[in-house]
This record gives sequence, structure tokens and C-alpha cells, in this order.
Amino acid sequence: MEPFKLVRAQNNASAIAASNSKETKFIAGGTNIIDLMKLYVEKPKQLVDVTSLNLKQIETQPDGSVKIGALVKNSDLAYHPVIKQKYPFLSEALLSGASAQLRNMASVGGNLLQRTRCYYFYDTAFPCNKREPGSGCPAISGYNRIHAVLGTSDKCIATSPSDMCVPMAALGAMIQVEGPAGSRKIPFADFHRLPGDTPQIDTNLKQGELITAVILPSLPFAAKSHYLKVRDRASYEFALTSAAVALDISNGKINNSRIALGGVGTKPWRSFAAEKVLNGAAANTQTYRAAAEAAMAGAKPHKYNAFKVELAKRTIVRALETVGGMV
Amino acid sequence: MNETVGKPIDRVDGKLKVTGGATYSAEFNIKNMVHGVAVTSEITKGRIQNINTGIAEKSPGVVGVMTYKNSMQLHSPQTSSPGAGKFAEKDLLPLQNDRVFYDGQIIAVVMAETLEQAEHAATLVKVNYQREEPVFDLEKNIEKAYEAASASTGAETQTKRGNATESLKTASQKIEQTYTTPVYHHNAMEPHATIALWQGETVLLYDATQSVAGTQGLMSSMLGVPKEKVRVVSYYLGGGFGSKGFSWPNTVLAAMAAKLVSRPVKLVLTRQQQFTTAGRRSQTIQKISLGADQSGKLSAIKHASTVESSFVDEFVETAGVATSMIYSSQNVEVSHKLVRLNKVTPCPMRAPGEAPGTYALEVAMDELAYQSKIDPLQLRLINYADQEEQKKKKFSSKYLKECYQKGAEMIGWSKRNPQPGSMKEGKYLVGYGMATATYPANRSASSAKATLFADGHAEILCATQDIGTGTYTIMTQTAADAFGLPIEKVTVKLGDSEFPKGANSGGSQVTASVGPAIRAASMGAVSKLVKLAIGDGKSPLHGQKEADITAQNGRLSLKTKPDQGEDYTQILVRQGLQKIEAQAATKVSTRQQTEANPAAGGSEEQIEEESKSNPVVQEDEKTDRKPYVFHSFGVQFVKVLVDPDLGMVHVDKAVAVMDVGTIMNLKTAKSQIMGGMIFGIGMALLEETNYDPNRGRPVTKDLANYLVPVHADMPDIEVEFINKPDMLISPIGARGVGEIGITGITAAINNAIYHATGKRVRELPVTPDKLL
Ligand SMILES: Cc1cc2nc3c(=O)[nH]c(=O)nc-3n(C[C@H](O)[C@H](O)[C@H](O)COP(=O)(O)OP(=O)(O)OC[C@H]3O[C@@H](n4cnc5c(N)ncnc54)[C@H](O)[C@@H]3O)c2cc1C
Ligand code: SF4
Repeated sequence: MEPFKLVRAQNNASAIAASNSKETKFIAGGTNIIDLMKLYVEKPKQLVDVTSLNLKQIETQPDGSVKIGALVKNSDLAYHPVIKQKYPFLSEALLSGASAQLRNMASVGGNLLQRTRCYYFYDTAFPCNKREPGSGCPAISGYNRIHAVLGTSDKCIATSPSDMCVPMAALGAMIQVEGPAGSRKIPFADFHRLPGDTPQIDTNLKQGELITAVILPSLPFAAKSHYLKVRDRASYEFALTSAAVALDISNGKINNSRIALGGVGTKPWRSFAAEKVLNGAAANTQTYRAAAEAAMAGAKPHKYNAFKVELAKRTIVRALETVGGMV
Repeated sequence: MNETVGKPIDRVDGKLKVTGGATYSAEFNIKNMVHGVAVTSEITKGRIQNINTGIAEKSPGVVGVMTYKNSMQLHSPQTSSPGAGKFAEKDLLPLQNDRVFYDGQIIAVVMAETLEQAEHAATLVKVNYQREEPVFDLEKNIEKAYEAASASTGAETQTKRGNATESLKTASQKIEQTYTTPVYHHNAMEPHATIALWQGETVLLYDATQSVAGTQGLMSSMLGVPKEKVRVVSYYLGGGFGSKGFSWPNTVLAAMAAKLVSRPVKLVLTRQQQFTTAGRRSQTIQKISLGADQSGKLSAIKHASTVESSFVDEFVETAGVATSMIYSSQNVEVSHKLVRLNKVTPCPMRAPGEAPGTYALEVAMDELAYQSKIDPLQLRLINYADQEEQKKKKFSSKYLKECYQKGAEMIGWSKRNPQPGSMKEGKYLVGYGMATATYPANRSASSAKATLFADGHAEILCATQDIGTGTYTIMTQTAADAFGLPIEKVTVKLGDSEFPKGANSGGSQVTASVGPAIRAASMGAVSKLVKLAIGDGKSPLHGQKEADITAQNGRLSLKTKPDQGEDYTQILVRQGLQKIEAQAATKVSTRQQTEANPAAGGSEEQIEEESKSNPVVQEDEKTDRKPYVFHSFGVQFVKVLVDPDLGMVHVDKAVAVMDVGTIMNLKTAKSQIMGGMIFGIGMALLEETNYDPNRGRPVTKDLANYLVPVHADMPDIEVEFINKPDMLISPIGARGVGEIGITGITAAINNAIYHATGKRVRELPVTPDKLL
């Protein structure tokens, strides 16, 4: 890796102050940034270690929302009783990701910012618009089995890899950040960006901004939710397709729903179109299939990932059926 | 005498391995050592126009950068088989000129004080290329295919009996299908790694190799150094699966680099580099035609394979190799064609030929069974080969029918409803499948030295190696029984080219090759001890006949009067001897190639001389093996669960019954078969190296993207053995178990998926998208 300086921040303010140039990055669990540095994909001159910061709590707020510190470990979050009870799909999503060792290191903040697993992005012998803006995208005409079918551009078709982010997108979580210009809250949908003409910019986080927490809204029907992840091997693989769904059903009718997809979008993909189909409709397979069709309506497949369109629909239907069957 | 052989004893090196005490080739800390990092090409074909090492050389810690411009000139290798030493790419000796034959070829090595410094400096080597038009896609270049001459494994590539083409025309049942397998990479846990240390004109290489003896010979010829001045050490190997059978650039480059900077050099290939510079299994396109009569009797079998080769050497993935002997049929035609591509040369990978070949043939057999409405197991019995029909020889021993029967019972074959798609468990479709497994029983020349010390412990030396399979353990058992000692009293030392030459770890041959030599040497030492006792007036065995004396538990005694005898130590101490030793060499080879283990010079001659008076060796070599062929057989049965909506397949249970001769150690043998079966699950459902279609550079080249099975993918696995000794292959009766486990399993899974779903996928791997 490129030689770098390591700074250990003792509090939020010093972390933010240290992260004052483009060449500085935070490091939490290090499970993504270190890999990328070893491969010369990321080349920060300075790393600011944030692991000593006091951002490790999971608290239920007076309004019923749940605030998760940015440094909470993925495994601690997954096994937390409040999460398991109020947002089971978040727990399932976390546990379907990576391996036990990685989850014990990985933080919530780092997970939000983990970068794509596009093969070309990882290999500096290839051009890549996300890594080197303007150099080209070999994935579009290349081997693109794991790539996205929703939200792509002619500059980049890389998939957003995170499992954790999928239920968070479904919940419409809020991301709390602190930066040189004070603190602000970013709605989940506005946090990650579509690639468009600037695939090198993954999120709307500004330089020096530190993620301090994620706030999950109180959404009682999310207690009946499910995360389904489809992949080639049974564990330790990113999703080919995944779906995080929550349903509020009474008397066979869907009152309310949340649905977000993983593995298919260039960002964690909440499908308002599918929710629209579901809300108010009868809770049956026909409705679920219609919702799946709506979710994948604008899909743009490429040579090796065309199967994802149908597989995603089936993933959605199965996830909805599973939650529907819980009621 | 079999006190310990066969028992499921724990690995003698198990504790060392789990406590970090086993030192692998990259783990020696040598004073003054520098770290080498390879720089690889970023074009697929062409020439290096300019390679600028100036910035790298000035980078902190760098002690040298080696390119074709300053590297030592190598000699052409004089040997070309793994046993004698095979450089993987004979026309691409590393860093000898400016040519680039594939993307990811090694073009420089940077040496620095620390690994991190070397890694960083490697990125500072700047290269300009003159590009040429490459070819890298097998399917698109199929018209360039040429007939393969011979395979470096010794297997025949074109065989024929009768007239399959004619016979197919009139067959009442016919299957004609094409089956494909993708490129695979071995992905042993331990990377390719070498430490080179020169002392004057002598070079010591700690090398991750499946052939210390072969690597010694090869390096001697490539470096132009006499053999006595090359020592190769490989005490422990973290797997090889064939990728460390041929020698890849890391070994010779470490020696060249160490010479250049006059310091010891460690060179370890990265995982990604191993995808382009350390072999692979070729993609295969296999066309199979089966013809049968109404009763299912095979009238014709045709197996035409097209596989990849490279521009710098030739290796044939002999996918059809088992097809000419596995079933009885009068008309059989097996052929192999090659297409040269700008990719690293393929090389042997666990069951080279048989692994992809039994997949295609055994799926075709399943297709024939369903088409003819014959039970797949019954179809195999109808076409059972009682002898090897191609070579018209007898099998040395074959209990395949017993395997079929036992395996069928274990999986509950009779309870299956043969109708595809008819069986369910909850939302899953259930499928059962089976396939025949087979692998040749190889044996080649080996020698060993056995020493009994006055303190009562024994030591074995042999320049073979334990590649993680359990060789140390079973050779300890073999020697313990031959010596009449408990295993705690026996130390086996392997993996050093200074020891008497043993077989290379390839073709599942080590047990069958080295075992008899170790046994003969040990018994030779005991015989010397017996003679001492007989001739010693103070011995209770004085004047007795050798044939009347038995050696057990460290004690010689009369067979008929166990009380009359004495301990080994007593004899040696009384004689004032510190030790007694014997060497033995057995020249028996069941392999076709003659070069595999040629008689070595120097001390080996002495061993052969001594062996002439060793009755155990003489007895072994006297056996008339000409009328026989040597093969192992077995069967694989699996049960799969398929999620019909999501295309996900889970192997729920897998059963193997193997006829592999004597089982030396039930535990290590089972582990080998299980490992092979898990490898086969990978091959059936997960593994595949994908290349960028525009450039021919691999893109799935780490363990996150090259998928091998994880624990959650592994079923309940049951392995049983027939355990009938094959006394024709050797006096220990064992055939190898390393590779047969991966044969057949892939087809069995594929056949089970068909049974579950009614869908036949002929392109591996069977990923969810192919079942939607
Ligand atoms: C082999 C492997 C398999 C994996 N499989 C999966 C999988 O199946 N599913 C899945 O979802 N994930 C998977 N992952 C990814 C894993 O979830 C992420 O690596 C992890 O969540 C990152 O967290 P971290 O704390 O280690 O981040 P780091 O690597 O420390 O940081 C990642 C990024 O986040 C930034 N950052 C960290 N904390 C903050 C903060 N508080 N504020 C602002 N910026 C911050 C860093 O600057 C960096 O850019 C896998 C990873 C590996 C290595
Ligand atoms: S898809 Fe995006 S990340 Fe992948 S190569 Fe193209 S630009 Fe780079």
C-alpha cells in the first residue's frame, strides 16, 4: 500500500479536524478500507482511527425511534434484542453478510460506506470510472454477472454491495453526521448517490464529515419483516439479489408496506413503485408478483446479469410470501 | 504385522500444524533475507518496449529490481516430467526476454528489506508495451483446434477400438450432447512460495513443491549448477492439487534474484498472481455420443474433447482418459484437440482428465438411462467392464459392484421415485443422483533409508513430500509395522532432496510408491539386526534361523517361543553400535511414462545395489504385472434439495464407497475422499474463473469471487471403503486416495439436480441463474 500516516482521534471534534483534506480517510473496522489500500484502489495519505470515539450505543429514543452509534459492530447490532424484536430484517441482513470474524470488526458507519465489489474496480490493471474518473467502464462490455440492473448509467453499472443498507433503506432511516460546518441529518434515500456522470462519488457525505449515528424510525409493522438473500453459495458471498420487506396486513389486506432491494441497484434500492402496488391490495401471491414486476420495471440488464431481473422478482415474491405467512 | 496400518490414528504432525509449529516454505526466517514481489504484465500479448525501474530502485528499502535486462541467463530445462522436474512453461523461462504471452505474466521482481517496501516499489515499475493481437477465447477460436499428440501425464490422447461412428448410426438409443466445464484454479491455501539462499555455488531452496527431487533436478539444469549443489526443502505443504507439481516461475526467480542481490530472497505469489502465473485447469468442451441397444448395452461411445493450451508449452486436460476403459463396449473412440491461447498454460489439477471427463460421461450415462427408462445404477451394471477392454488386460483388483451395492444401500436408492420432479420436502424439490468414480492406481520408483538407533527409536528418510494429505502419518504407520515398533518410536522425515529419492506427489501415487520402499528399507534394517543376534553368542537367539524369528514391539523373539528373545536396544548396545541402517529402492512403475522417475546418479546407485540383496524388494519386483492394469473404482451417490423458484441447490447428503486397495489410515483416507467430494461440490455448483471477454485477463481472482464451498455448503458426507488389498500393485496393497474423490461427484450432483427438477444443465457450474 501507499505509505500513510495514522492518527488516533480521541473525540468527534478532533476526528473531524484531522480529516481536513481529500487525502485523509477515517478508519473504523478497517475491513474494507485496508483491502482497498492494499490493492492501491484507495491511496489516502492519512488515516484517522475513529474506534476510540464514543459512538457505540444502541438507544431507544422517547419517540420510539432507535439510535445506533456509528461504531456499533455489525454483530452487536444484529444480536441486539431491540433490533431482533423491532426490525428482524435488519438483524437477518447483517447476519447474512460477510463472516462472523468480519462482522465482529465491521462498524455501522463503515458498512454504510463500503465500496462496490465490481471486479474491475478492484484491479488497477483495468480502467474504471469509479476509481479513475474518465478512464472508462470495462464492466459494461465485460463480465458483468454481479453488476446492477437498476440505477445504472453509461459511466458505471456497479452494484451497491451492502446487506445492512437494504433494510435501512426500506425503513427510511436517517443518517446523522457531524462535520466542520456542524451536524446534520441525511435521509437514507439521499445518502447514497446514483452513478450518473460522477460514479467516483458514492455518497453525499462531505469531506471531513463523520457519521455519528443511524436513526431507525419507529415503524411497528417492521416487527413482521424479512430479509432474503439469494446467492451462489450458502454463506460468505454478496447477494446476487436480495429483498428486505415489511408488511402490515389485516383481514387479508395490506395496509402498509416497505420494500427495498439489494444486489440489483447501484445504491440500496427502495422501491416506492412496489410499495404502491402493495398498499391497499389483497395479500396474495398475485399482488406480490405485481409488486415484483413494478419493482423491476425499469431494469436494464447487461450480457451476463440478465438473469437478475427475473431472479429479483422471485426473490421479492418469496420474501413477501414469507412475511405474509407470518401474519 | 499390521498393528497400526489401517487404524484411524491422528496425524503425527497434527499438533505441530494447529500450534503453528509446522514451518511452511515461506516461513523460514533467514538472516539478511530480503522480500521479493513480482510485477506482472498488464497486456495480453506483445513486447515490453520500455521498462523503467529507476523510480522503484530509489524507493525506500529497495535493494534491487530484476527484469529481463539484468537477470541471469537460464539454461533450457533438461527434464520434462514432474518426477524428474518439469518447468511449467518451457518456452517462457522467466525474465529472459521482452515478450509477453498473457495478461498477468511476471515481467519483473522487486527486492526490498520489507515486504511492504517491495510491494510498494513494485507499483513504481513503469512499463510501455508494444501490443499485438491476442487470442484468448476457446469457443471463438475452436476452428484453430489441432490434434493433441501426447499428454505430459503419460495418458494417451487418441484411442480407438471398433468403429463407433458406424455403430452409432444403427443404435436404437442414442445420446449426443456437449458438456462444458470452465477454467478452474487450484487455490491451495498456501500460495506458491520460495526462499532461495546461495552459499557460494550451492543453492538452498525452501520451496512449496509437490516434488523436491524433481525441483532439485530441474533447478540444477535451469541454473546450470550441479545437482549436488542444489538442495530443495519442502517440509510442509498447504495443498497443491497439482499446481505445485510443475515448477512455476517463483522457484527459479527466487534463486535468480538471490544471486542478483547476493542475499537470501523470499518470493511469495499473491492470490491474484496465482490466477495468472501458476497454472489452472483448462476449460473443456466435451462432445459425448452414446449408442445403446434396447437392453441398455452400450454399442458405441465417442468422447471428443477440445481443451486449451498456450503458446509457450502444451498441456492436455485428458478429459476422455477414463472413457475407453470405464464401461464395456466394442466401439469406442476418444479424441482430444487443443487450441493455443494467450493465457497461462494449464497444468494438472486434482484428477486431471478424470474430474471433467467423468462429469461429462457420467451425465451422458444418466441421460441414456432416463431416455431408455433404465435405472441409472442398473445401466452401469449392464455395461460393467470385467476387464480393461482397450488394453485387453485384467484389472489388478476391482470391486466396483460391491461399491455400487453398498452405496445404494447407504443413500436409500431403492426408495427414490425415478420420475423427475416427483419428490419433495417442504418447498424443496428432492433429487437423487449417482455416478461412477475412477482413477488410475499409479506407482513409480522410490527409495528410502531406514535407521534403527540404539535407544530404540527409528527414523525414515525419503525425498517425497506430505502435501497436506497425511503422508507423514501413514508412512509412520508403515514403518512402525515393518520395524515392529509402536508409532511413537518412529520418526519419518520427508521433503528434503538430500534424502533418498521418493516419488513426486502427483497422480495419487505416493502411498503406493513410497510405502513399499519404506517398508522394504525398514524390514532390511530389522533383517540386519536379526542377523546380528543370530551371530552373537550372547544373544538368546544365537544360532537360530532368520525365518523363525519375529520382530514385535521392539523385541526379537522366536515365533514359536515368544519368551526366547531380546529387545532391539540390547542387541545394538551389546554390539557397541549406535545404529543400524538399511536403504531400499523399488523400481516398480505402473505408469506409462518412462521418465517419471529415472534412476538417479550418485548415492541412488548404492541404494539400488543394496536393494539387490533385500528379499522384500526382490519379491516385490518379481511380481509379474504385465497382464494387468491398475485402477481404483468407486461410486458417488448424492441427495440434493433444490429451491425451484430461486434456483438454489443444496447438497443434502453425499455418500462415497471406494475400492482403493488397503486403507492405510481410515481417518486420513476418509479425509482425502471427503476433500475430493467437497472439491466436486465446488466444481458442480460454484467454481469458475471468469475472464474479461475483451482482454482475456481473469476478473474473478480472489477467494471472495472465486467461490469454493464453505461449511454451509457441505452436506452430511459418508465415506466407506471396500478395503481389499491389491497385492499386485505392491506388498502393502494400497492404491492412492488423493484424487478419486473428486471423480464422479460432479456428475452425481448434476444427475440429482435433473432428478429433482427435470432440468439438465450441461454447462458447469450449475448456478441459480441456470435453473430459473
Ligand atoms: C470477504 C468479505 C466479505 C464480505 N461480505 C459482505 C456481505 O456479504 N455483505 C455485506 O454487506 N458486506 C460484506 N462485506 C463488507 C463489510 O460489511 C464491510 O467491509 C464492513 O461493513 C465495513 O466496515 P468497517 O468498519 O470495517 O469499515 P472500514 O473499512 O473501516 O471503512 C470503510 C469506509 O467507511 C469510512 N468510515 C468508517 N467509519 C466512518 C464514520 N463513522 N464516518 C465516516 N466515514 C466512516 C472509511 O473512511 C472507509 O472509507 C464483506 C467484506 C469482506 C472483506
Ligand atoms: S461498473 Fe463502475 S466500478 Fe465497475 S468498472 Fe465500471 S465504472 Fe468501474
